[in-house]
Amino acid sequence: MAPKIDAAPIVAALPQRADAIETALVSRGITSVKAVDEGVHLADELWLPERGARVVAKAWVDPAFRARLLANGKFAVAELGIEMPAHHRHLVVLENTNDVHNVICCTLCSCTALTVIGLPPDWYKDLEYRSRIVRESRSVLREMGLDLPAAMEIRVWDTTADTRYMVLPLRPEGTEGWTEARLAALVTKDAMIGVSRVSAS
Amino acid sequence: MDGVHDLGGKQGFGRVQHRPDAAVFHAEWEKRVNALYGLAVRHGVFNMDEYRHAIERMDPRHYVRAGYYERVLTGLATLCVEKGVITLAELEARAGGPFPLARLLGPGRSNAPKRCSHGPGDKVRVVAQHVSGHVRMPGYIRGKLGVVISVSPVYPFPDAHAHGIPAEDEPTYDVRFHSRELWPDAAEDALVHVGVFESYLERAE
Repeated sequence: MAPKIDAAPIVAALPQRADAIETALVSRGITSVKAVDEGVHLADELWLPERGARVVAKAWVDPAFRARLLANGKFAVAELGIEMPAHHRHLVVLENTNDVHNVICCTLCSCTALTVIGLPPDWYKDLEYRSRIVRESRSVLREMGLDLPAAMEIRVWDTTADTRYMVLPLRPEGTEGWTEARLAALVTKDAMIGVSRVSAS
Repeated sequence: MDGVHDLGGKQGFGRVQHRPDAAVFHAEWEKRVNALYGLAVRHGVFNMDEYRHAIERMDPRHYVRAGYYERVLTGLATLCVEKGVITLAELEARAGGPFPLARLLGPGRSNAPKRCSHGPGDKVRVVAQHVSGHVRMPGYIRGKLGVVISVSPVYPFPDAHAHGIPAEDEPTYDVRFHSRELWPDAAEDALVHVGVFESYLERAE
């Protein structure tokens, strides 16, 4: 006997809801399947942390670029062909030092410099990170594997306007003379958010 | 609005479920929804402040339970229905079942009538206001004292822009707060920097 099928589900399943809005918008000519495919391609192939890693590596080897990056991040990343959406009018680059550690968040939603450091990872958008990082930063970072010395000042940056942030991590020791490409390969999205260090090993 | 989305400093949440190289997407529909909301913004169906506010207006139980891309999907669909681009009935017919949307809240407001500009080093206090519409002042800085570190370019005023109300663009200030000012005796030491719109600030002596 065939199993009894329930009447209506409580809500339509997510893939069906997503398909409903896509087909509705396509039917109105507001978008096309091709345009959505292109949008998916941007997120999958272009907005990747490798872009931000190139920025970081260049800042480590080129003091003039580093100065321009710290003065106006949006102009400086554009030199490397990295665009930002029109509504992201400013990119502030936060330089970690031996005394100061920076970490970024968005407590109200999940804003990031997504075209530079990549789309935010799922934990960045979760309620735990958004609630706790502003109030218990040292404990949260320790839980995430970054145990900072007690004397290290922590600066947390909450992305509440459309200015965007990225962290310029400390260059790891033992990388003197490395090429930009080799340095860039060390830099992770987590390090540009500020929840990990860059390590040469 | 004092919504459940305003999470900064809320207590009781557990460990961050962190993994190095964590995934951005977990299903194909998430990628398509992420592309769709951006295309809707570019097509002028709604702006980013309307979009953020639509997500904030989700029923709190739905908001807390939903993953990020379900929130994106719900905000997108809500605005398409509210703006008359599509009806809820059509969405539910296409989806084959109920399609929960966010509810209407508000109202919005224009810029503060008296605003004063600030510069680096100025001491400022966040106005102790409660707003029922969209606002980009996280609750944890309400009424708190901070110091202006720098000034950002002008942006559309979100409290107005999310509600179709005319307003001037205004500067935002990078304001530094000490965690002990924000949560006296109940926070770890840190400096918390928040991008604060000019309308939310007054000069502190």
